[in-house]
Amino acid sequence: MKAFTYERANTPAAAVKALAARPDTKFIAGGTNLLDLMKLQIETPEHLVDINRLGLDKIEPTPEGGLRIGALVRNTDLAADSRIRRDYAVLSRALLSGASAQLRNKATTAGNLLQRTRCPYFYDTTKPCNKRDPGSGCAAIGGFTRNLAIMGTSEACIATHPSDMAVAMRVLDAVIETVAPDGTTRAIPIAEFHRLPGNTPHIETTLGPNEMITAVTLPPPLGGLHIYRKVRDRSSYAFAVVSVAAVMQKNGRNRFAFGGLAHKPWRVEEAEKKETAAAVAEAVLAGAHTTPQNAFKTLLITRVLTSIFAQAAA
Amino acid sequence: MKFDTPALDNPIDRTRVIGRPTDRIDGPAKVTGTAPYAYERNDVAPNAAYGWIVGTGISTGRIVRIHTKEAEAARGVLAVVTYENAGKLAKAKAHTARMLAGPDVQHYDQAVALVVAETFEQARAAAKLVRVEYAPNKGRFDLAAEKENAIKKDSQVGPADTATGDFPAAFARAAVTVDATYSTPDQSQSMMEPHATIAAWNGDELSLWTSNQMIAWAVRDTAETLLIAPEKIHVSSPYIGGGFGAKLWVRADAIMAALGARAAKRPVKVALSRPQIPNNTTHRPATIQRVRIGAGKDGRIDAIAHESWSGDLPDGDIETAAFQTRLLYGGANRMTAHRLATLHLGEGNAMRAPGEAVGHLALEVAMDELAEKLGIDPVQLRILNDIQHDPEKGPERPFSSRKLVECLTVGAERFGWAKRNPKPGQVRDGDWLVGMGVASAFRNSPTQDSAARVGVDAKGLITVETDMTDIGTGSYTIIAQTAAELMGVPIERITVKLGDSKAPVSSGSGGQWGANSSTSGVYAACMKLRGELAKKAGFNVNEAVFEDGQIRAGGRNISLGEAAGPDGLTVEDKIEFGDMQKKFAQASFGAHFVEVGVNAVTGETRVRRMSGVFAAGRILNPKAARSQVIGAMTMGVGAALMEELVVDKRFGYFVNHDLAEYHIPVHADIPNQEVHFLEELDDKSSPMKAKGVGELGICGAGAAVANAIYNATGVRLRDYPLTLDKVLEGLPSIV
Repeated sequence: MKAFTYERANTPAAAVKALAARPDTKFIAGGTNLLDLMKLQIETPEHLVDINRLGLDKIEPTPEGGLRIGALVRNTDLAADSRIRRDYAVLSRALLSGASAQLRNKATTAGNLLQRTRCPYFYDTTKPCNKRDPGSGCAAIGGFTRNLAIMGTSEACIATHPSDMAVAMRVLDAVIETVAPDGTTRAIPIAEFHRLPGNTPHIETTLGPNEMITAVTLPPPLGGLHIYRKVRDRSSYAFAVVSVAAVMQKNGRNRFAFGGLAHKPWRVEEAEKKETAAAVAEAVLAGAHTTPQNAFKTLLITRVLTSIFAQAAA
Repeated sequence: MKFDTPALDNPIDRTRVIGRPTDRIDGPAKVTGTAPYAYERNDVAPNAAYGWIVGTGISTGRIVRIHTKEAEAARGVLAVVTYENAGKLAKAKAHTARMLAGPDVQHYDQAVALVVAETFEQARAAAKLVRVEYAPNKGRFDLAAEKENAIKKDSQVGPADTATGDFPAAFARAAVTVDATYSTPDQSQSMMEPHATIAAWNGDELSLWTSNQMIAWAVRDTAETLLIAPEKIHVSSPYIGGGFGAKLWVRADAIMAALGARAAKRPVKVALSRPQIPNNTTHRPATIQRVRIGAGKDGRIDAIAHESWSGDLPDGDIETAAFQTRLLYGGANRMTAHRLATLHLGEGNAMRAPGEAVGHLALEVAMDELAEKLGIDPVQLRILNDIQHDPEKGPERPFSSRKLVECLTVGAERFGWAKRNPKPGQVRDGDWLVGMGVASAFRNSPTQDSAARVGVDAKGLITVETDMTDIGTGSYTIIAQTAAELMGVPIERITVKLGDSKAPVSSGSGGQWGANSSTSGVYAACMKLRGELAKKAGFNVNEAVFEDGQIRAGGRNISLGEAAGPDGLTVEDKIEFGDMQKKFAQASFGAHFVEVGVNAVTGETRVRRMSGVFAAGRILNPKAARSQVIGAMTMGVGAALMEELVVDKRFGYFVNHDLAEYHIPVHADIPNQEVHFLEELDDKSSPMKAKGVGELGICGAGAAVANAIYNATGVRLRDYPLTLDKVLEGLPSIV
């Protein structure tokens, strides 16, 4: 870990000002990902702005009938909120399937969206990685790829986004609210928030350089049957091999988003019009780029979708 | 005290203290955080500086240049140690790889430098400023590719090959045969406490406060590495947060701390970070195993062969995966063979039940395959092929005690084995396919000479000192129980001091020999003390009864304190094991029963029930022994389902080198585990009549899981770990 300086911000406006004031500054909230990366010197900020006391820790109803989740609402609190459990069960289930109780107690809503990949080559600083060291190459391609992406990959990067929460938010069409140092605010649909790797896998979101997430807004409840199916190699504390967030409706207007497949929560809206699991899977997985180690993910997705359709029909 | 004839009735048989489920005497210190573990021992070295190890970034090759100037100039840095300034070093005979690279690099993340600084953060940050230029070599990292180049090499614990009768002919004529090849991956011991040491020099004398299973070996190997006299080295390791073989030998933390302390001229503490451990230290090597069994239609084995291939660095050792097959089942025609390939993947070495843990993963699945071919229940097949003597040496070498059949029958009854549907893929519970599996458990029970010093003071308080270690196993408690039993005092009157090289040399903790051997050493010392106390008090030692803090004989009694006199009395003795291991095959036995659910959609396997029955001689403390066995069963689940150090064959290293990516079971993976010990006393094993139990529980546990997966799904998997992607391929389609 490189030595860094630290300050605590008390308002969102002060926080983004502090972020813009010095180069190599980062926000710290729960720190569950950032601190690990700093210890390995994958992240090397010179300055940290502590945003834990900005008051962005409330879950409030929106005029439209949805919920506005403060950026600093802890994963534990979000998962346990009675409105989330009742109206957005897929989100609560996704959150509870992630990490461990201790990590969820610290991890925040915005931090979860911004967590970085678990690709083992990203974590090993003796190996090339375009995400960690742009232009150095990708050690993962041709290496241990079992857990890596099969959709939307590029020649520069095959990393996945590790979040469960973001997959559920994607299926719910959440909107990310931000503020910039000049006070302007933006609302970014989650579909446009995370980026595919392309030639710039180090740029992971469409967030501006000094922009801060203030909240995540959920549209009014969708109703339907909420399912989050996380397939993993052990019962807890494991990233998804694949995961499926589904909202199943009697009228067939189902929604599906997928984790463990891509650099972002994966969703193909066109595919949702299909009437069978196999057809949905085929459309979702069109253009898949697999390796012998991770080709099973396509079969797994098909089987999980089949099971979800059966559950919804039952 | 020599142990070369079977034990007779002796004072241990009184079992007022020994054999009871006594709570750990070190428990309160551990749960209150007051037990001193190596890295936190600021009391012994309050002024310690912090060292951070820089690992090599290549797997094999040569160091061209090391740039240390930037690191040396960094804030707080006191010293940077590399092979260029470390002074002359040698490789200890017990080490396969050197603890400090240079100029040659032997494996990835081998220590190349130690940065010493005032604070931990400064040392770690400055370590990033050390730049090393390498000339890499092309290494070998693929066991399957190197299999043909593997050579025959004997192990330190036995010959590579054995053969009796005519295996090829018997196998060729057998009515029913199994010929299957299995593979097991490299594994990491993953003990909770990382390797850690504080080192301090006083003139030419070195003290190491460390975390180590074998104190005398630590002294020896440190002396050999640093080229100093063993008498100049003091090692202290009173508490150890797990070892599983990873701490049988001193590693880079200890050697680099010693070098750092010499360079910085003050005490230095070094811990390995979790991501360094898999590549820097030792691991259990991967194996490829071929098992062939030929049996008559009645199920009796006539031919059995087990061959194993593993890899290690040059001059390394074989993984003794076929050793249990030499002793577990009968059969007149048999052979075992081990071949060693050169691989540049760090040092392959011991992990809980070396050889047997992975050997069972092959042999006990092959037995399941044979049972199915024969149409015989797998429990019955094992019972049919029980043998009460060493099948290679013949009836002249009987087992000292062997209750495999009882373990299987009692276990089957307790588990409800009769409810198993022998046809695979028939039992369903919602989305889950349910199956049951069985496997035998066998682990050799070696013994090691072990010494102890026992003293009684004027108040009758007793102190036991030995360099034995407690790696979480319960050594403190069983040693106190042994002394309390023999001296006739409550356990509260016993103080046990462990893990210090100033104490008499014990067996140490390894190879599941520690409990039986070290308590036997304490037995020897206590018996000597009893003799001297009786003599001092004017009793005939053979008549003297030690109980309630008194010595009684001939209607007279005297307290221990009085007998000891105002200055107390201290004696030392050692148990020396003769040729009983040669005359008698000594091993502990068990049977594992497992029920799994395999998700019919995803192929995820979750263990639903585990039950094991074990026979391991006298169980010195059923509570501690149970903890050992359930921990080992848990490790067996890990081996079956998830543990794998993934080799990147291009760069030559273990890719998933932290606990987020190298999976071991979490609590939610482990269901109710039932453990039952059979009554057994083994008079050929030691005066304690005990055998090893610490490694027994892992042997066969994973095979029982694999066999249960087969029973659940009809998918026979032979390449561990049995992850969902492998299961998935064989599952029927779901519509």
